[in-house]
Amino acid sequence: MHTAAGVEARLPIRSDMDLVWVRQHVRQAAAQLGFGLVDQTKLVTAASELARNTLVHGGGGLMEATHVRAGGAEGLRLSFSDSGPGIPDLERALSDGYTSGGGLGMGLGGSRRLVHDFEVESTPGSGTTVRVTSWATRPPRQRGAV
Amino acid sequence: MPEHEAGGSLATPAHEVRDFLRRRREQIAQRWADEPLFRTVFTASRDEAVEAGKAVVDALARVADAQQVEDPDAAGFSAVREQLARMGAARSRAGLSNTQVSSELAALWPPAENLLVAESDQASPEELRAWSTTLSVLLGTLRLVAMQTALSETQSLIDRQRLQLLEVATPVIKLWDGIVAVPLIGTLDSARSQVVMETLLNAVVDQHARFAILDITGVPTVDSLVAQHLMKTVAAARLMGAECVVSGIRPAIAQTMVHLGLDLGTVKTRASLADALGHCLHELGTNIVNAAPDGAGRR
Ligand SMILES: Nc1ncnc2c1ncn2[C@@H]1O[C@H](COP(=O)(O)OP(=O)(O)O)[C@@H](O)[C@H]1O
Ligand SMILES: [Mg+2]
Repeated sequence: MHTAAGVEARLPIRSDMDLVWVRQHVRQAAAQLGFGLVDQTKLVTAASELARNTLVHGGGGLMEATHVRAGGAEGLRLSFSDSGPGIPDLERALSDGYTSGGGLGMGLGGSRRLVHDFEVESTPGSGTTVRVTSWATRPPRQRGAV
Repeated sequence: MPEHEAGGSLATPAHEVRDFLRRRREQIAQRWADEPLFRTVFTASRDEAVEAGKAVVDALARVADAQQVEDPDAAGFSAVREQLARMGAARSRAGLSNTQVSSELAALWPPAENLLVAESDQASPEELRAWSTTLSVLLGTLRLVAMQTALSETQSLIDRQRLQLLEVATPVIKLWDGIVAVPLIGTLDSARSQVVMETLLNAVVDQHARFAILDITGVPTVDSLVAQHLMKTVAAARLMGAECVVSGIRPAIAQTMVHLGLDLGTVKTRASLADALGHCLHELGTNIVNAAPDGAGRR
C-alpha cells in the first residue's frame, strides 16, 4: 500500500476505523515532507473532514496521497473520491453552516481554508472527488498571495 | 519421476509437484517438524508437529492439483488457514516480528526442495527447473497466505482492544468537592463521544458536581465532529446543572479551529487543566494561596 517513501498511499474509506488510518497516514506523510506542526495539524484536520464526507455523504470511497513538487517546494496532494450521490449545489455545500444531515456544515468550506489548493469535481448521481494540496514551506511562487 | 502418470501423458509442473507432495508427504512433514516454526509451536509431541506438517502438505497438494500455485485465495488453503493463524500468533507471542515469522516460513522451502532434487535424478535439467520453480512459487504463496492471516488477526486484535479502550479510557476524576475532570485521550469518534458523555453525566449526578472539566490535551485532531460532540456534552451537562470548561486546546489546534471556522460558542475554555481548575475554584468561592516552604504566607 505504501511506497518506499511512505508518503504515497491509497487508503480505503469504509468505516470510522479507516478514518483513523487516514489521519495517521496524512500526519506521518506531512511530517516526512517537512510540514511544521501547525501545517500538519491543518492538513490532518482537512483530511479528517473530507474523509468523513466521503464516508458519510459519499457512502465510502478512497483517499489517494501523492507527493508533489513545484518550484523547489515539497507538497502533499490528497484526493478523496467516492461514487455516491454527488453534490447538486456546490456553492451551497461550500457555504459555512450548510448541512444536509446533522453535521455542523463546516467541513467542506472549512477544509478549503485549511489547505493551499482545493478542487471539487462532482457529478450528481455518479460521485464526488475532492482534491487538496498543501505545501511544506510556503506555496510555490506562481501560487501568488499567502 | 513422472512414471506413475498414467498413459505417459505430459503432466504440467503443478501436477508433478502435486504428485511429489503426495508421495513425499511423510518425509516432508518429518523434516518440517524439525524447523523452528513447527518445533516451537507444537511442543506437546513431535507427532503433533508432524501431523500439522502433513496438513500443510495436503493443502499445498490440493492447491497444486487445482493449478492455483500463485493464488493466495485458492480454496485448497482454506483447510490450513486457521492452523497457520495459530502458528503465526504463537510465534508473535514468543516475541518474533512479522519479518522473522516470514523467514521461518521461508525456511520450509529448502527441506522440500532437497527432497525434490534427490528423487529427480532421472529428470532433465529443464524439467527439474520447472518443478523446482513451481514448488518455490507454491511455498511463496503459502507464505503470503500465512502473512495475510497474521495481518487480519492483528487487525481483529486491534479492533478488540479498541472496544476495550472505549470502556476503560474515560475515567472521571474528582478534583475537588463539586469539580470533576475527564482527561480525553485519543480519537473522539461518535462511539467514544457517547461513552464520554454518559460517563460524565453520571459523574455529575453522583458527585453533585457543579463544574466539569473536559481536558483535550490528549486529543490529536479536533475537527467539526469532535467540536460538535464537545458542544453537545457541554449542553447536556448544563441541563444537569453543571458548567463545563474545556481545557488543553494546544496552539496548533486552536489555529486550526479558527481556520476551520469552529468556535465553541459559549463554552468556557482555558489553556491548561490547572487554569481550568483555578477558574472553577474561583467560581466556587474557594481561594488557593501559595504557601512558602516554611509554612508562612507569601508576600
Ligand atoms: N462526498 C460528498 N458526497 C455527497 N455530498 C457531499 C459530500 N461532501 C459534502 N457533501 C454535501 O455537502 C454538505 C456540506 O458538507 P460539510 O461542510 O462537510 O458539512 P457536514 O458534513 O457537516 O454536513 C453535506 O451536508 C453534504 O450535503
Ligand atoms: Mg462534513
